[in-house]
Amino acid sequence: MTIELAHPPARLLSVGDAAWTVEFGNGIDPAIHGRVLGFSSLLDTLSNDGRLDGVVEWVPTFRSVTVHFDPLRTDAMALHDLLAELARKSGSLSAAGCRWHVPVCFDADCAPDLDEVAAAKGMTRDEVVRLMTETVFTVYMLGFLPGFPYLGGLPEALDMPRLATPRKVVPPRSIAIAGRMCAAYPWESPGGWRLLGRTPVRLFDAANVRRPALLAPGDQVMWQAIDRDMFDALDRECAAGRFDLSSLLAGGESE
Amino acid sequence: MNAIVEIVDAGLAVSVQDRGRMGYRNIGVPVSGALDPVLMAAANALVGSPSDAAVLEVGLSGPALKALSGTVRVGLSGEMGAQLVNTRGQMLKVAPWQTATLSPGDVIRVGGVAHGVGYVALSGGVQVPAQLGSRSTYLRAAIGGVQGRAPKAGDRLQCDAVRGDPWLEFCARAPWHHDTGPIRVILGPQEDYFTREAMENFLTRPYAVTRDMDRMGLRLEGERLAHNEKGAEIVSDGVAPGTIQVPANGQPIVLMADCQTSGGYPKIATVIRADLPRLAHLRPGDELRFVAVSHAEAAAALREQVRRLAEWVGTIQSFRPPGVIDEAALYGANLICGAVRGDEWNLHGVDLTLRFGAQHV
Repeated sequence: MTIELAHPPARLLSVGDAAWTVEFGNGIDPAIHGRVLGFSSLLDTLSNDGRLDGVVEWVPTFRSVTVHFDPLRTDAMALHDLLAELARKSGSLSAAGCRWHVPVCFDADCAPDLDEVAAAKGMTRDEVVRLMTETVFTVYMLGFLPGFPYLGGLPEALDMPRLATPRKVVPPRSIAIAGRMCAAYPWESPGGWRLLGRTPVRLFDAANVRRPALLAPGDQVMWQAIDRDMFDALDRECAAGRFDLSSLLAGGESE
Repeated sequence: MNAIVEIVDAGLAVSVQDRGRMGYRNIGVPVSGALDPVLMAAANALVGSPSDAAVLEVGLSGPALKALSGTVRVGLSGEMGAQLVNTRGQMLKVAPWQTATLSPGDVIRVGGVAHGVGYVALSGGVQVPAQLGSRSTYLRAAIGGVQGRAPKAGDRLQCDAVRGDPWLEFCARAPWHHDTGPIRVILGPQEDYFTREAMENFLTRPYAVTRDMDRMGLRLEGERLAHNEKGAEIVSDGVAPGTIQVPANGQPIVLMADCQTSGGYPKIATVIRADLPRLAHLRPGDELRFVAVSHAEAAAALREQVRRLAEWVGTIQSFRPPGVIDEAALYGANLICGAVRGDEWNLHGVDLTLRFGAQHV
């Protein structure tokens, strides 16, 4: 049995005349995401060797990789054929990033939807917080806003639909859930996810040229409950740029 | 040599933009950049800057700029004129599609843009610091622009001082005109989420522009685009400027330069690169029609646009404006290029058309 048979073939979808989406599946599934990471890693390698002429950048998502290109520098159909061939060849990678322990305040003023989620699920506030802090979340992708991570792994017991009417303003650094997903809003924005807490940690810093987004696909995240006083203290540290982000890495894994 | 201009009045919906921010969409950073890169290139060509030098994009009304040090050449593209007040108190009307050169102390007041967007280019480009590889402004995350924001009164922008003759101005033979006709799209990536009737509506019916439009997207209204049994939600995947997403209400949204990098609504089609700049000039109530094209047709349209822009740039000529030099000199040389519409150049409110204008056409 060949490797090609083990993987269903990828589909190539047009995103206008300057991008192709290489789609490995339709769902949120570690196996599909593994192929996304494997394909992205192959693109990294080829790009570093200067073998992806005209390709501008690519965006891995849960289930696909969108490859943006310059149509004046490369022929769309030739790139289509190349990407299809690469998708057949590329393997799977499992999540192998850092594990971050990120402080989150679950007090009422940081968590406007916590009571409602608890009530809907027949749990106490503390039980919801316990589930949130015991879960190891995996970063599947970044999107929507600079540094906005989509985290998989939310326990089924907390599966709630999005708000019927999205909020006009979600406070920055809110921790939120929707369906089987968890996320953190790095910026104030509109949003329909349910807000369960807030972190003082800045998830995106454009001045940090090497790693503007704190989290990367494949990283793991655990939320650590802190009280309001600690939140305020850390928030001041972070705002002043005095907070050491590497202190969030689990012991032994930091280099 | 450097020059400095000061923002005297910030105008409305003005932001620093360039080609956009490439290479960070994988961490959720939008491309941003000029909504109409063709007009950005046109303004830059007038002042002799590279086509992707950073400019001021004007969404509603233009800024007022004062040269503080160095001689600065300002180029205007789009349907947007200006008024120059020099240190001698003279007022000169500056037509669209030409330059005005500011000596220290001179102020240029850029007017409102008649529709869509206009661009103000400065000699050497607007030299705010680049962030993540671009000077383009993305307000939500305070990236690029002037310290992450739009310019405000009192800000000082660095550019290059004019090299060569500071008394020369430049103008194009005629305004740039975008293609007309239906907006060309490539179907997909999720055209298989729509009913056959929806696809037919999309490609045959008009869609009106609503008031809900900004640098992130443009909401349209028209015959409902119904989803088929696959539904109106997908697991988020990649989008691009020009992507037309259709939420459950069946009304399309065209994504623009500041759009998110991924989205969870089925996407019926994506506007081709060559037609994206046209979207920047729509007004509420305008009607759009869409036509599906192939990748080969899209590539040909883009190459044709590049060719046509190069041809347009080739028509740019220099001229000596009246008012900043003495009249004898003005009569003594062939001073005014054919494209200068005399009615656009006023000195102290005197219409110069009758005196110098038409005979040089």
